[in-house]
Amino acid sequence: MSVIAFAKNWDGKFKKSTYELVSYAKDLASRLNTQTLILSIGEVEETELEKLAQYGADKIISVEDSRLNILSSRIYAEVISQVVNKEEASLVVLSDNNSGKAISPRLSVKLQAGLAAAVLDVPKSLDPFIVKKQVFSGKAFAFVQIDSDKKILTLSKNSFGIKENVVSVNIEKFSPELSDDIFKIKVRSTESAENKVILADADIVVSAGRGMKSADNWQPVEDLASALGAATACSRPVSDDGWRGHEEHVGQTGKVVAPNLYFAVGISGAIQHVAGISRSKCIVAINTDPEAPIFSVADYGVVGDAMSVLPKLTSIINSGE
Amino acid sequence: MKILVCISNVPDTTTKIKFANNNTQVDDAGVQWIINPWDELALTRAIELKEDSSNSFDEVCVVNVGLAKSDATLRKALAIGADKAIRIDAEPLDAYFVAGQIADYIKNNPFDIVLSGIESSDYNGSSVGGMLSEFLDCPAISSMTKLEVDNGEIIIHRAIPGGKQVLELQAPFVGIVQKGITNEPRIPAMRGIMMARKKPLEVVSPVDLKALSHIVEFELPQAKASCRMISEERLEALVDLLKSEAKVL
Ligand SMILES: Cc1cc2nc3c(=O)[nH]c(=O)nc-3n(C[C@H](O)[C@H](O)[C@H](O)COP(=O)(O)OP(=O)(O)OC[C@H]3O[C@@H](n4cnc5c(N)ncnc54)[C@H](O)[C@@H]3O)c2cc1C
Ligand SMILES: Nc1ncnc2c1ncn2[C@@H]1O[C@H](COP(=O)(O)O)[C@@H](O)[C@H]1O
Repeated sequence: MSVIAFAKNWDGKFKKSTYELVSYAKDLASRLNTQTLILSIGEVEETELEKLAQYGADKIISVEDSRLNILSSRIYAEVISQVVNKEEASLVVLSDNNSGKAISPRLSVKLQAGLAAAVLDVPKSLDPFIVKKQVFSGKAFAFVQIDSDKKILTLSKNSFGIKENVVSVNIEKFSPELSDDIFKIKVRSTESAENKVILADADIVVSAGRGMKSADNWQPVEDLASALGAATACSRPVSDDGWRGHEEHVGQTGKVVAPNLYFAVGISGAIQHVAGISRSKCIVAINTDPEAPIFSVADYGVVGDAMSVLPKLTSIINSGE
Repeated sequence: MKILVCISNVPDTTTKIKFANNNTQVDDAGVQWIINPWDELALTRAIELKEDSSNSFDEVCVVNVGLAKSDATLRKALAIGADKAIRIDAEPLDAYFVAGQIADYIKNNPFDIVLSGIESSDYNGSSVGGMLSEFLDCPAISSMTKLEVDNGEIIIHRAIPGGKQVLELQAPFVGIVQKGITNEPRIPAMRGIMMARKKPLEVVSPVDLKALSHIVEFELPQAKASCRMISEERLEALVDLLKSEAKVL
């Protein structure tokens, strides 16, 4: 029966989204009157694993195998499916992030388990099993019924919240059986940006558009972001023109973000941009044009020139008032 | 070498979505259909690779699981430069069903590289590419931002949180593409449109396969409360509101 949450680590550490996932799994397990199991893959220290028990895990299953340090959806799906079968779990939950998106479809085929991706809430009904998700890039919601016995969900960030539920820790090791010929991908190089707040994880995002006029005008955007500990982002034309990197492009064809606070600076608010930000808790728009469509989706608005508004805002934040 | 690009037929990104039959169906009236934006980028990159004579890509096909209303979209893919289009003649019930149908076709008609988009802009499943790779039991590269050939080796870049990774890979594999794979989608030229009429659009029958999920109901989001305007002279008030009212600072 049980519910299994896949707790992904980043260099041996869990993130807030992992705790949210565990909280969610615990809630589902209580509704279904069953156990919450957490599966961790890769090398994670015991003190870090123990943190998961604060959110309600009956058992933490840890798979440590140095071959698993390479992130491969194929191998991870294989490991998860072995654990699901061994534990006879019926519901698997993953975070809707890069790795959850890559692993869950493979797992779905392996387990013949219906997949609902990027769900927004606890199930509307358990039997039949119906969950809510975003469709048409945020323009609507759908209630999806999963018809198979086993089921897989990926949870959208910031849609359930973190709920403490301290239980005693019970860690078990598991060694999967893996054939060598699935370790085929060769990594030539890995690059990661140091000290940058990662857009997908950020609680606050400062995003700017063509209204900044040129790539050289980004300093005020960077300054506000660093004052707030925020990630920077941009609209599509800004990344298309090479003013900023593609990894910052937000919207229907870029990244979908769901921070607590999103600043849209010099962004007109085209429907394709809004598709990527509509799950933000609070949107602040800064724009010279009072008629800009962004104001119809924003919670707070300032009509003014970004080049003067941003430095003022940054200095207020920095002065700590 | 042959590349297959999976094409999802979706409403134009500016479409106002409406529902019919007690919110159980999408109202298709007046909807303009397009190639899913990522699929368009994948197709563009596949054609660029084929046109580059220094490598051995010689055929680009596109496939869609859908009913006849997808034909215009597939013709557009042919006009952009695909050599052949395949339509598996079935309602795309869920991602599992779609991937299973395409996998079955590929088992009988092998390809070296299969490309899909990271997400279709209608049901936002981000699932078909990954499922396809599992059906085919081959590697999948998710968040693929570059696909190149270097001295006969296939080189792939993929986005990882906060960075990127460069990989070497042997065909066959499934590449799940995102922005970066190419910059601008190619637009059909007049000559392409003329030539597309003569290119094959093959309609094949689906295999027997059960979907694992279905949509029972749709809902539209609630209208947002109006925006609170703050003058540039009173930015302290904005910061206060973000702290005390919105509680996000
Ligand atoms: C298939 C498709 C997919 C797309 N996907 C995306 C996507 O994923 N993401 C995305 O962002 N776009 C996407 N777009 C593009 C989208 O339609 C818009 O063109 C784009 O979002 C506009 O970017 P922008 O707001 O930065 O620029 P603009 O629309 O040019 O707006 C600039 C804004 O800045 C304001 N401004 C000017 N000067 C100043 C100043 N000094 N201070 C403050 N404000 C100022 C202006 O009033 C204006 O509102 C897509 C389009 C298509 C067709
Ligand atoms: N009906 C379909 N026919 C062919 N390919 C599809 C179909 N639906 C989705 N795809 C492919 O799978 C990708 C991801 O779609 P999805 O899993 O629906 O979000 C799309 O970008 C397409 O490449």
